[in-house]
Amino acid sequence: MREITSTGQTVEDAVKKALKELNVEQEQVDIRIIDEGKKGLFGIFGQKPAIVHVKLKETSELTGALLKWNENTDLNPLDEAKNFLEQVIKEMGITASVDIKLEEKTAYFNIKGENLAILIGKRGQTLNSLQYLTQLVANKTSTDYVPIILDAENYREKRRETLTQLAVKLADKVVKTNKEFSLEPMPSFERKIIHSTLMEDERVQTYSVGTEPNRYVVIAPK
Amino acid sequence: MEQLITTIAKAIVDHPDEVKVNREEKKGEIVYTLSVHQDDIGKVIGKQGRIAKAIRTVVYAAASGKSMRVTLKIND
Repeated sequence: MREITSTGQTVEDAVKKALKELNVEQEQVDIRIIDEGKKGLFGIFGQKPAIVHVKLKETSELTGALLKWNENTDLNPLDEAKNFLEQVIKEMGITASVDIKLEEKTAYFNIKGENLAILIGKRGQTLNSLQYLTQLVANKTSTDYVPIILDAENYREKRRETLTQLAVKLADKVVKTNKEFSLEPMPSFERKIIHSTLMEDERVQTYSVGTEPNRYVVIAPK
Repeated sequence: MEQLITTIAKAIVDHPDEVKVNREEKKGEIVYTLSVHQDDIGKVIGKQGRIAKAIRTVVYAAASGKSMRVTLKIND
């Protein structure tokens, strides 16, 4: 259950009841007061209950989902995914640890260690493959889809900067030559960086062509 | 290397007990062959071979320091 409408003698009562029902703390929810209620005359005439609508916040929705998984099975999909990833890294002959951070609806797995270049690979292809496999493992044990982002040595942020600069440079080239330009295949989250960088650029349009995993972005003059 | 391939395969199939990895040496090249339960073949290959490609990328990265060339075959 993620949202609930609850009534009580006062707003405070109604909220308390809702929190109990959802089994969460007040910080984890958004509260909307529908009716403040009326005490009524002598507590009898014109008495109206307070009505509130209580909804779990986005982040706690994920936490809530994780708690739910924990109840249903012994396996938390993120723990499963983390164990898997740590095992794979170890068997690749690399010493590293994995930290998990939950933000919005995404789980960020940060790999910490030395000499992680082998885990990243050319243009992040090894990191992306590990991410895809980790994602498969997480979704095997869960019904709700949780996106997983893998990172090592701040590669994602550096890659974002590189792709943003590349997009701007290529847009200029496309305008100058008046010819469309196809980029190399990239995973969806990297294509998105190109699309959103050039969204505001009035001179060009961008679209993706091909099927995964060979889908690529095309920058074309408008 | 067999262990790495086994770990990955076991984690994504429905019949982990039937995951087998065979190692063969051929002309300076090591060929690993992954076999899984009939119903799990799709699970290790994926749409457009996407899962197979990801497994190979990880295995080849792990083998990059080794002197011998490594190939991963998937029995279907």
